[in-house]
Amino acid sequence: MSRGRILAALSGGVDSSVAALLLQRDGWEVVGVSMDLYDYSKVTRDREGTCCSLDDLYDARRVCDTLGIPYYVLNLREEFRREVIDPFVQEYSAGRTPNPCVLCNEHLKFRALLRKADELGAEGVATGHYAVIRKGKDGRFRLFASPDASKDQSYFLFSLDSTRLSRIRFPVGEMEKAEVRKVAAGAGLPVYEKKESQDICFVTDASYARFLETKGIREERGRFVDRDGNFLGNHKGVLHYTVGQRRGLGIASREPLYVVAIDAEKNEIVLGTEDDTFGESATVACPTFVAGSPPGKEFRATAKVRYRHAGAASEVRVEGDRLTVRFDAPQRSVTPGQALVLYDGNEVLGGGWIECAGASRS
Amino acid sequence: MRRVYLDHNATTPVHPEVAAAVQPFLGELFGNPSSIHWAGRDVRKAVEDARAEIAAFYGCRPLEVVFTSSGTEADNLAVKGVAYRPGNAGKHIVTSQVEHPAIMNTCRFLETQGYRVTYVPVNRYGVVEPDAVRKAIERDTILVSVMAANNETGCLMPIGEIGRIAREAGVLMHTDAVQATGKVPISWETLPVDLLAFSGHKINGIKGAGGLLVRRGVELDAFLHGGHQERGRRAGTENVVGIAAMGKAFSLLRQDMDAEVAEVRRLRDAFEGALFSRIPELVLNGHPTERLPNTVNLSFRYVEGEALLLNLDMLGIACSSGSACTSGSLEASPILLAMGADPTDAQGALRFSLGRGNTDEDIAYAVDSIGQVVNKLRAMSPLYHPREARAK
Repeated sequence: MSRGRILAALSGGVDSSVAALLLQRDGWEVVGVSMDLYDYSKVTRDREGTCCSLDDLYDARRVCDTLGIPYYVLNLREEFRREVIDPFVQEYSAGRTPNPCVLCNEHLKFRALLRKADELGAEGVATGHYAVIRKGKDGRFRLFASPDASKDQSYFLFSLDSTRLSRIRFPVGEMEKAEVRKVAAGAGLPVYEKKESQDICFVTDASYARFLETKGIREERGRFVDRDGNFLGNHKGVLHYTVGQRRGLGIASREPLYVVAIDAEKNEIVLGTEDDTFGESATVACPTFVAGSPPGKEFRATAKVRYRHAGAASEVRVEGDRLTVRFDAPQRSVTPGQALVLYDGNEVLGGGWIECAGASRS
Repeated sequence: MRRVYLDHNATTPVHPEVAAAVQPFLGELFGNPSSIHWAGRDVRKAVEDARAEIAAFYGCRPLEVVFTSSGTEADNLAVKGVAYRPGNAGKHIVTSQVEHPAIMNTCRFLETQGYRVTYVPVNRYGVVEPDAVRKAIERDTILVSVMAANNETGCLMPIGEIGRIAREAGVLMHTDAVQATGKVPISWETLPVDLLAFSGHKINGIKGAGGLLVRRGVELDAFLHGGHQERGRRAGTENVVGIAAMGKAFSLLRQDMDAEVAEVRRLRDAFEGALFSRIPELVLNGHPTERLPNTVNLSFRYVEGEALLLNLDMLGIACSSGSACTSGSLEASPILLAMGADPTDAQGALRFSLGRGNTDEDIAYAVDSIGQVVNKLRAMSPLYHPREARAK
């Protein structure tokens, strides 16, 4: 007897494929779905290594054929444009470095797919993320980092709350990557050797600047200045730079120079020394908490300021609709636009979006 | 689970008599029809018998039938075959905004090669008006191409009248009759068209075979180059199985098309009537009467076509939505948009196309299932308020 119907969101990669397989073995009626987010006929056809290119849809379909389950490609282009691309372009042109993958997770993989699950009579949605969901004693669902720290993706999932988590499953969340590949190979899934995805899926070549230009964000040369506003040289346009960047600045200097801040309004990029890239605090906008509310007005937590960040012990203060996060030790490249995610040990408490970073020395 | 197939405009099941008729070509009759010897001779006879069947069905001469791999290839041969004629480079083509991609994208391609194309709009029923074609014809127009019946809405086009207009202007006329064939009478003798495309698998044949009728005296340039098959118009060893299947399918049509059409029309009308009496806020896309007897295209307001289609699939009911993009996901049909349909309605449109083999039980099951799924999805829609809707 089936346990019910569940949607498996398939990227064409090995993780989500194995997620679907494990659910099927567990007695679920699995329906494979992929999201059609972008008009891929307009981008190159042979890109590998991104989330959901046409090749990946082919792989996802072949996995479903192997599992003997239906497979549907859902058209979510409109939602993707509205919830991911437009904000990405807007943020970037405002001099921030946004993280479109978090937006995509929140708005598409989970919100839109849970709506599709309702429409298709499915109880929930499963993905191949490396993260762990557990039900607490109080009946609330809690989110934890994967035990495999090198694969952990909980950073991208901070905006999920208990209600949504109750309908989400991460079947490979506690597994090791090597184990996942082994399971895939054992079941004859055609993707067991596939390499990891990494690029932002809608940026067709490595250049954000080129993508953004196609969106009508024009390049304007501007000034590099030092922290005191002194002219250091010319830059190619703010789209080409991110905070913390050292390479490709083209400015000769005794000490290596880093991008410290981007002022899109003035079209200025502030350069400084490595020390200058460290920040003592961050102001975080639009915070959300898995439990629905923060643990207190003031609390201690480990803050990750970007995906691969090891995490910084911090003091968090709730101030109206913002958080002030003060790091015990200054952190490198605290970048406006990125997500800041708060952990208590392995547990994700919540997070928000870095609005500005407090400089280490003022 | 019960399975009900209501997507006959996409393809049709192979008729058991067709399947039986091709058995010899999967066995002893393996020869190449171009060979001089015994092995080729018997197979060549089968190809020519099929050609004769098709000619008898349309009322054309056997040598006016050119076999191709598909309806799409036949459309390509018609349009490019005329466009590539000496002296026609860069000239003008008239077609409609609701053609099948086989015509639409061929014309778009020719535009990149320096040709000019006018895409004539349609009225709100999706019908190309002859006068619009008359106005679109220019001094250097080389071809008018208008489909006989639309694949999504089933709308019948006045190709007789359009053909007369083309003829008066001295312009060749092509019609894509892939959907019309087998569903409405077509008489080559009285129809003023020069080229006509058809396909085998839409009439219970086998996928991979189609053809083009080419009126005697009309010159086409081949775009597949190779051997002398099809009198130089289409190189490549013939798809003997597909062609033999098509011959059998046409011979079956000659026997029982009228009866089959009457039965399919009865079922379609029952289906359509039951849905309209059961489901409020339902919109018929296309012409109420001037339409293929098997097709009904409906927009279920407050419901996304995609959600409805997938739910029906999970209940064993096969139907389709206007158009699938490269990825296989669904998007609003350009054909419905060209008819001036509300974009939301276009996004919610589904095509049901009936065919040989559908039964009253199929229809009852489909109507029940559609009613249930529509109710369920509307209950989820924040926009649907049944009381207001009924009051309207």
